[in-house]
Amino acid sequence: MNSTFEEVNPVAKLAAVLLMSLCLILSLDWVSGSVALAFEAVLLPLAGVPAKRFWLRTLPVWVAAPLTGLTIALYGEASGVIHVEFWAIRVSDGSLELAIATVLRVLAIGLPAVVLFLTVDPTALADGLAQVWRLPSRFVLGALAALRLVGLFIDDWRSLEQARRARGVGDGGRLARLPGQAFALLVLSIRRGSKLATAMEARGFGSDIERSWARTSQFGAREWMLTATGLIAGLCALAVAIATGEWNFILG
Amino acid sequence: MRGESDLNGSEAARGVRITSRGWGWRHAGRLAWAVTDLDLMIEPGERVLLLGASGAGKSTLLHALAGVLGGSDEGDQRGELLLDGRPPTSERGRAGLLLQDPDSQVILSRVGDDVAFGCENLGVPRDEIWRRVPEALASVGLNLPLDHPTSALSGGQKQRLALAGVIAMQPGLLLLDEPTANLDADGVDEVRDAVAGLLDHSSATFIVIEHRVEVWRSLVDRVIVLSTSGGVVADGHPDVVLAEEGAALARSGVWVPEHPPALPGREWAPGDRILEVARLTVGRVKDNPVCSGLQFGVRAASGTAITGPNGAGKSTLGLTIAGLLPPLAGDVRAESSLRSGAAEHPIRWKSRELLTRIGTVFQHPEHQFLAATVRAELAIGPRALKLPESEVAERVDELLQRLGLDHLAAANPFTLSGGEKRRLSVATALATRPKVLVLDEPTFGQDSRTWQELVALLAELMVQGTAVVAITHDRQLVAAIADREVRL
Repeated sequence: MNSTFEEVNPVAKLAAVLLMSLCLILSLDWVSGSVALAFEAVLLPLAGVPAKRFWLRTLPVWVAAPLTGLTIALYGEASGVIHVEFWAIRVSDGSLELAIATVLRVLAIGLPAVVLFLTVDPTALADGLAQVWRLPSRFVLGALAALRLVGLFIDDWRSLEQARRARGVGDGGRLARLPGQAFALLVLSIRRGSKLATAMEARGFGSDIERSWARTSQFGAREWMLTATGLIAGLCALAVAIATGEWNFILG
Repeated sequence: MRGESDLNGSEAARGVRITSRGWGWRHAGRLAWAVTDLDLMIEPGERVLLLGASGAGKSTLLHALAGVLGGSDEGDQRGELLLDGRPPTSERGRAGLLLQDPDSQVILSRVGDDVAFGCENLGVPRDEIWRRVPEALASVGLNLPLDHPTSALSGGQKQRLALAGVIAMQPGLLLLDEPTANLDADGVDEVRDAVAGLLDHSSATFIVIEHRVEVWRSLVDRVIVLSTSGGVVADGHPDVVLAEEGAALARSGVWVPEHPPALPGREWAPGDRILEVARLTVGRVKDNPVCSGLQFGVRAASGTAITGPNGAGKSTLGLTIAGLLPPLAGDVRAESSLRSGAAEHPIRWKSRELLTRIGTVFQHPEHQFLAATVRAELAIGPRALKLPESEVAERVDELLQRLGLDHLAAANPFTLSGGEKRRLSVATALATRPKVLVLDEPTFGQDSRTWQELVALLAELMVQGTAVVAITHDRQLVAAIADREVRL
């Protein structure tokens, strides 16, 4: 399955993650998050991301989740027994429960999202969005081409910083220089962007001729299965939460 | 309405006939017309070198022929410009355009997909696309796997990739807009040879803009010279036009082999060492040295050229010498005459301390522009030195005049032409009178007039005692100003 997961249409991966996440954001409780995580514990390893890469890239999620939890434990809406009270801090049964629910939810939504981006080839995703979901090709291909410019921004930023030092305005705090430098980067990116747009037009992009596609983007049984898996994981999480009485509708 | 012959791919596209009757174009928001009163006829299969001073509207014409100038919201049109009797915008795909900047022409992340992009836009069927792609790559001599990442290509390879993308569209009109201006000597040869190979098997009409005449002279059978005041100055066989107009063209900035730019006399006399490079290892990021074991001195009133192939670390060395990048190992040491009170190592200096000691001219002038007008741009350095306003104004006025920028004092630096941007970027460094001037590829893509002015200026600075360090591919520049060459 490892080798074939790479070949699954990225649109299906995106759909699976979106459907599951949609189910999860409806309720804020610890049960649905746990159930979703249990599904993910089984499914994510099948995505074939090497262990080291997985832990390294998902590290921000593992750091962010407990921090969010801590904040909610300290400042979240209090109910039930209050354990600690100090200035604005109130740790209660209610805030602790909310905190746990939030940590599980951040992990359950964050981890598959990261894995999605690690395993998706942007070109294949663009092909899928345009051919399967029929999004306008101008928009999708424009975004895809612009994505390639991101790498150049990093070089530009470094050069801008060096140039400011060379021009005698590099003393003083980095923070103070940030707005001006960010604006300069914006100007450079717009110039790069318009050059890229001309280059694309020079190759017939944006003409009235109906476009053909060099690469196929298929949505078959495999893709439907993956999408259904995401939906089922989300629905199961909801069902268990409702059955155990922990369902806590966010708008309720 | 595209010809069947283009779609089935079994025969090469036939050449396009170009007709221009009183054609002119004015970019939206500009007062002056970029091109006016152009009357021209180019027959199918003709190969044309398009010349003219900067500002004569060469690029505008090529963009119009490619149908990418835009509609009426992008500018005003006069007269008519036709491809086979029809307006270029309704003939997308008949003309293929290759632009100057290699980086902004790569569109997709894999070589094969990038070449296929143009064909997709023209609605070429999938099987036919994948038949054309390897063919196009082979025809420009890029023998790479189709899934090779485009980010790993050199400048010359990127230009050939873009050319393959254009060729795969099987255009009847091939347009090249200074395709080699941003390339080193090897890159120029690569691209020129690829085009030569294509023209051998093609009946397409061909137009190239280039201010280095010798690169394309043997491949074209007609030279057209556009006038800055509208219309055509000269038109005919290359030998005839260059014999009649060569001198005038050279004066307007075109590189004509028979009329090389004048070189300044070597009137400077190298002084004492003011900067020393010892056992230096350089790199942009830690743990990734690009060059090591460097050992040389820089003397006052002398020219040092740093040369070497692409990727050898020339720019990195330049930034390190200039005190903008920390050495990975070894030293860049300033002698006490250069230090005048500051620390021993330039990288330890404050940004303000650099100003009077080491000035840097970046390869891309856009990176170093900070102000909204040319005048304000020049005042930044002197103001950072806290000079009195009267002195700031004096220095700025002097530089504006000396570098021929006074009529542009109120213009935005980003709107200047390539040559003007280069002169301004040099002027910003000179405004604080540094003892060492480091320039990264100062002559890249410059016309012969800017080249000549720049070389004369550097010679003058050296006579006055400045140490000039130039990172360059340009052998003529090395010959003109270098007392020593550091080859990486």
